[in-house]
Amino acid sequence: MNENKGYHIHITAEESPMTRNLREVWEYRDLIRLLTERSFKLIYKQTILGPIWILLNPLLTSGIYTAVFGEMAGLSTAGVPKFLFYFCSHTLWTFFADCLSKNSSTFITNANVFGKVYFPRLTIPISTMLSAFIQFLIQMAMVSVILIWHVVRGEVHPDWRLFPLLIPVLLLTGLLGLGLGILISSITTKYRDLRYLVSFGLHLWMYITPVIYPVSQFSGGLIRKILLLNPMTALMELFRMALLGTGYLEPASLASTLVFTLLAVWGGVKIFNRVERTFIDTV
Amino acid sequence: MDRTERKVMIRLSGVEKEYRLGQIGSGTLHRDLQSWWARRQGREDPNSRIGQAARVEGDRLLALRGIDLTVYEGECLGIIGGNGAGKSTLLKLISRVTAPTRGSLDLYGRVTSMLEVGTGFHGEMTGLENIYLNGAILGMNTREIREVLEEIIDFSEVRDFIDTPVKRYSSGMYVKLGFSVAAHLKSEIVIMDEVLAVGDMAFQKKCIDRMLHAAHEENRTVLYVSHNMNTVRQLCDRCIVLDQGRIIYDGDTEEAIRYYSEYLERERGLQRDLRDYIRRDRNLTGICRVEEAGADNNEVRIGEDLCFRIGLRCRENRDNVRLRLLVCNSQGTIVGMTFSEPCRVREGYNRLQCAFSTEPLAAGAYICDIVVCEFEKNIQIRHDFVSKVLAFRINENEMYFGQPWTVRNWGNVRLSPVRIDAAEEGDDA
Repeated sequence: MNENKGYHIHITAEESPMTRNLREVWEYRDLIRLLTERSFKLIYKQTILGPIWILLNPLLTSGIYTAVFGEMAGLSTAGVPKFLFYFCSHTLWTFFADCLSKNSSTFITNANVFGKVYFPRLTIPISTMLSAFIQFLIQMAMVSVILIWHVVRGEVHPDWRLFPLLIPVLLLTGLLGLGLGILISSITTKYRDLRYLVSFGLHLWMYITPVIYPVSQFSGGLIRKILLLNPMTALMELFRMALLGTGYLEPASLASTLVFTLLAVWGGVKIFNRVERTFIDTV
Repeated sequence: MDRTERKVMIRLSGVEKEYRLGQIGSGTLHRDLQSWWARRQGREDPNSRIGQAARVEGDRLLALRGIDLTVYEGECLGIIGGNGAGKSTLLKLISRVTAPTRGSLDLYGRVTSMLEVGTGFHGEMTGLENIYLNGAILGMNTREIREVLEEIIDFSEVRDFIDTPVKRYSSGMYVKLGFSVAAHLKSEIVIMDEVLAVGDMAFQKKCIDRMLHAAHEENRTVLYVSHNMNTVRQLCDRCIVLDQGRIIYDGDTEEAIRYYSEYLERERGLQRDLRDYIRRDRNLTGICRVEEAGADNNEVRIGEDLCFRIGLRCRENRDNVRLRLLVCNSQGTIVGMTFSEPCRVREGYNRLQCAFSTEPLAAGAYICDIVVCEFEKNIQIRHDFVSKVLAFRINENEMYFGQPWTVRNWGNVRLSPVRIDAAEEGDDA
């Protein structure tokens, strides 16, 4: 029989190969771009201040951190001006937390579209990560302004040669958030319980990550061990090391980050691919 | 062209789709752990349904039971069948929304699915932005969409509003825009589920022409599901009939439609067991329940009586039970209602032989709801209510004052003739 040459997909009950799925994601790259644009256009629709919120939010939070943790609790910021320290840490943490929490509801919030039309489902979490990244970049512009002001006044002394470190740090942060996010979203199709844990869990996680304090605060003991196992610790410290010139890095901590990220992305994509095939029957 | 020489676009072999019913496995982590623990301990699963402890895995529904189907290039395939026959499941599998449980599918072209019009439209975004996004969701890249953008806007008839957020669109405009995007994509296979039902007649006609053009001129393959046999007739050159997850007919459209309607009548026809029939109404006493209903002959001539039997199971003796019939036409619209005389029923099973005159009804197919009730002063107590259970057809064999009755223009009820009480000759006014 004369069959159509070229395009052919074979679908069975078994899982489709990962390579095909990833190739399809690439074919749908325009969709990723459009979804990223859309989420950005829609974020602050029908608000008076609009996109200014992207900057106002971290400014206010950092202000509160400065007052509560810096002045009242008197936590150390390793000699860096308190506001700059908090602003810097908070920006990176927000990027990570956004990637994780927004992706953790991928299946549930998009069930309607997923039930009507096929497209590679991974395009949604990828575009969510990208829009979180764009928000991060806008906040980074603000960080740079404050940073330059402090550098001119001679209050911080960043090592410019460490700047390229930012690239792997941001890549790993985004991937870790994405991987964990889609892992959770895959599990929540069956167990809704996890959805309620996400915001609480992220809150808790922030406190065991050196966001409002540096690792150097703890020189030993259980807390330090927990800190070094936390995959976000090394990223946070490296980020501040590159920008502010103060940070503490232990090889074990970095190894934990790498292993954790790799596992989260690999496991996340794998389970996501399995769930996306039939989740619409159970959701 | 001979079929064997045409390109195969879709091939399904032995496709089965299984759905899990009820709560099993679909609850919370807590309950799954509970079930798992109970099974480990060799005890009865606390979450299995009562009486089914032995077959925890047993609550499954086969929505498709071994579908083999080959669709060729340039073919317009209609898919018809009753609710729950598996039509939508079949389309979901072909459009890759979900995966089969067994068997395999081969697709030899990109698929555009219109299981719903305007999927992924976002109310806050303008028509133009939504065209790009919807196109991308359906698998086109921006360049491909730009090439057909003008055609899409022209076809949709909403050019003046293209920069307005779609939340301000009327539902008609929304649908037109959604259909236009999907209809202009360059995919080889187009899937439509009842989407033509929306939109006005003129646009519906335009859509059908567009799909015919797609199939005949552009050699694309169209799969169309509908309950509207007229659109199926206009569009499809081949048709399959599905029933309970199987293909029961495959071939010429007219033949398929005839096969399906005959099949429907046979199904609804003579005798019906109503013991497990689901009652929608919650306010029923349940004192008398209809267990059987059926017409002696469900084809009557105009003006003839329809004779039917009702089996009633009663919990107590009642003296004034009445039957009430709600007669609906083939579109499901109620055309009339009638009561029976009061009748005595005894505890246990009662057989009632009934008849009513179809005199006022025009030719056509009808289906009745049966209500068992009692009057208490001016209050009506309902014992049972079974909807759409008694079907009959009135054959056209009589002219009405020498005119053929057209239901579409004149309705279903033949009212008694107008009496002219006086006719006087005279000047104007």
